[in-house]
Amino acid sequence: MKLSTSILAIAAASVAGMATAQEMTIVSWGGAYTESQKRAYHDPYSTNTGVTIINDDSAAEAVAKLRAMNEAGNVTWDVVDVVAADAIRLCDEGLALEINADEQLAPAPDGTPASEDFGDLIVSDCFIPQIVYSTTFGYRTDLVGDTPPTDVCAVFDTEAYPGMRSLEKRPINNMEWALICDGVAFEDVYDVLETEEGQEQALAKLDTIKDSVIWWSAGADTPQLLADGEVVMGSTYNGRLFSLIEEQNQPVAMLWDAQVFDLDGWIIPTGLSEERTQRALDYVYFATDTQRLADQAKYISYGPARASSAPLVGTHADLGIEMAPHMPTDPENSKRTFLYNYEFWADYRDDIDAKFQAWLSQ
Amino acid sequence: MSDTAQDGPMLAADGTTLKQSLARSLRREKMRALLLIAPLLIFIFLSFVVPIVSMLFRSIENSILQDTLPETVVALENWDDQSGELPDEEVYAAFVRDMLVAVDAKTHTRLGTRLNYEETGMSSMFRRSGRQISRLDPVEDAPFKDKLIDIHDGWGDVNTWAVIKTHAVPYTNGYFLNAVDMQRTPEGAQAQPESKQILVKLFGRTLYMSLVITGFCILLGYPIAFLLANLPMRSANLLMILVLLPFWTSLLVRTSAWKVMLQQQGVINDTLVWLGLVDDAARLIIINNQIGTIVAMTHILLPFMILPMYSVMQTIPPTYVRAAKSLGATNWTAFWRVYFPQSIPGIGAGSILVFILAIGYYITPEIVGGTQGVFISNRIAYHISSSLNWGLAAALGTILLGAVLILYWAYDRIVGIDNVKLGG
Repeated sequence: MKLSTSILAIAAASVAGMATAQEMTIVSWGGAYTESQKRAYHDPYSTNTGVTIINDDSAAEAVAKLRAMNEAGNVTWDVVDVVAADAIRLCDEGLALEINADEQLAPAPDGTPASEDFGDLIVSDCFIPQIVYSTTFGYRTDLVGDTPPTDVCAVFDTEAYPGMRSLEKRPINNMEWALICDGVAFEDVYDVLETEEGQEQALAKLDTIKDSVIWWSAGADTPQLLADGEVVMGSTYNGRLFSLIEEQNQPVAMLWDAQVFDLDGWIIPTGLSEERTQRALDYVYFATDTQRLADQAKYISYGPARASSAPLVGTHADLGIEMAPHMPTDPENSKRTFLYNYEFWADYRDDIDAKFQAWLSQ
Repeated sequence: MSDTAQDGPMLAADGTTLKQSLARSLRREKMRALLLIAPLLIFIFLSFVVPIVSMLFRSIENSILQDTLPETVVALENWDDQSGELPDEEVYAAFVRDMLVAVDAKTHTRLGTRLNYEETGMSSMFRRSGRQISRLDPVEDAPFKDKLIDIHDGWGDVNTWAVIKTHAVPYTNGYFLNAVDMQRTPEGAQAQPESKQILVKLFGRTLYMSLVITGFCILLGYPIAFLLANLPMRSANLLMILVLLPFWTSLLVRTSAWKVMLQQQGVINDTLVWLGLVDDAARLIIINNQIGTIVAMTHILLPFMILPMYSVMQTIPPTYVRAAKSLGATNWTAFWRVYFPQSIPGIGAGSILVFILAIGYYITPEIVGGTQGVFISNRIAYHISSSLNWGLAAALGTILLGAVLILYWAYDRIVGIDNVKLGG
């Protein structure tokens, strides 16, 4: 009797253990992006380890949801894909695990430690970089006449390029572009934007095109507006424009000037059981090694975050075209770039956002 | 003894008075009824009342300062924030002791985020200083005043300490002040700078546009409900399906469909240009503004108006109108004096439903509202999911809830809630 009870108990425990060991929930952005992760990371990882990966497309609300889960004491996510700014906030809030890059991430094939391979892209102790993407402009080639724009300030030039533009409904990036098109030197942008006058200057510049702007809040908006001919040019993520141009063959071209680099990567939530944390770390170790990051670029035009991955970027898996020239990090495309200023926006985001929204509603 | 028993109250078989016995059995009935609905009550309480109350509570809850910097808060009590002078060493020493604990528990950055809502720059100040303060020793490295100012010059700014002192209360009115474009300052409540005032305007716009939408729903819904109630069963059923069909379609799909219809290169503009009614260069702007929001939301909320109206109209006996006519009333008089007053409870029910739904709408204004057609709920969503300022979001939500309750009360006083019928 006693023996059979303990056998039962062990069996039950192992069944329960297996059930949790074989599943993990990975949160990302959905669409083509999750698909690229699935093909580059999830599928090989599942094949290697037998772990079933459940995709959850809630990355846009990840910070709020993680905070709520944490307060409720029941974190159901194992690995979360977030933009770097969100990773910093999650780290600040104590909701994301701190990572020691050299110990917990794979070194480059030549032995370079991970912290050097990722370099400056590790913008927070909790952040495991994955891709570099950029927010940049695309324009309708058939609506801009004989002189296609080469300069970001074309956005503010409604005489040379009449028609509507689409910009994101938030101050980040727009304020920077407005200032450099108002004559502020590239390197001074954030010093100017720190001041009351600088913020007013940027809004005044945006005011000159306010009537010609459609404000977007979802990444899919600008590609749709461009495809419909609603706007002449518009800002969005470079991967969205890539698929509009190369996969849907729309008459649209990229304006890479003054593109703003941003990072996207993984965080591991705090409050997981030891076992789940280990599994999440194991996944992340695998999914951010040099080859895996290079593999993702076969499916989507975002640049791998490791220096050692860049030479391995090949051709698109379905289209067969060379991917390197479509990467935001390609030298041809990155002559003039911003790197999203995380520290600045962590401080000023609420303040400037209130002013920006007040200006918008005038 | 026997006399009193005969003259006194009637007794039940067990010797208690009949009145008591009745009360007891009634109480037992009630308890049984309560037990029957107890699962539902508990469910509603746990899944509805508790979360809402706990969310609303965040609008005043503010213990983070006292929890994170307990000694500093006490030390600051002796400091006069109006003096224009920095606090003395005692405050700095207390602050270092608090921070050492906070950095260990990683709560200092959370506090930085909290204070950044009040004073821009606090977030990075706490994040950057945390690491360096953690290397200090609370005894040997004293005095700290100059060391802290070396670490970040913000610690040498009187305003920093004034902000900490101002917000070091366990329950604050700060979020509510923020929600009405004011702020909590050392000098008391003051208006936000004009360039940041937006929330009161959005509250006004939300109420105004919800009323307009409710109005349009009444105008469009009444004839349809009337038709539904008066057509023969067979055609009425077909029409009913047409009313319900969009109701069963996803909200996002319907909203996006309006985008396709209304945009400048959209169906309506294309048709108007093709008909020659509108010049190609001057296409109408009917989306990404208030018109877009009103059109899309009226369409989406219309079934909520039609259904209660229809169910009330169905119960109005057609003989009344016939009787009015036989007594010499014209069609209009018969409708206006006899039919319409009986249909008012349906209008009331539909209006309350539509208005209350409209006031909290979020996704449709976000998609088709542009800059002029967004509601207060869009700001609430921003503060919940982007800025993480849940205190402010809760305050905004509480005000919105309060506004709805006040309007409901006013409605009850003016129209009377007994006049609302959802059917029957």
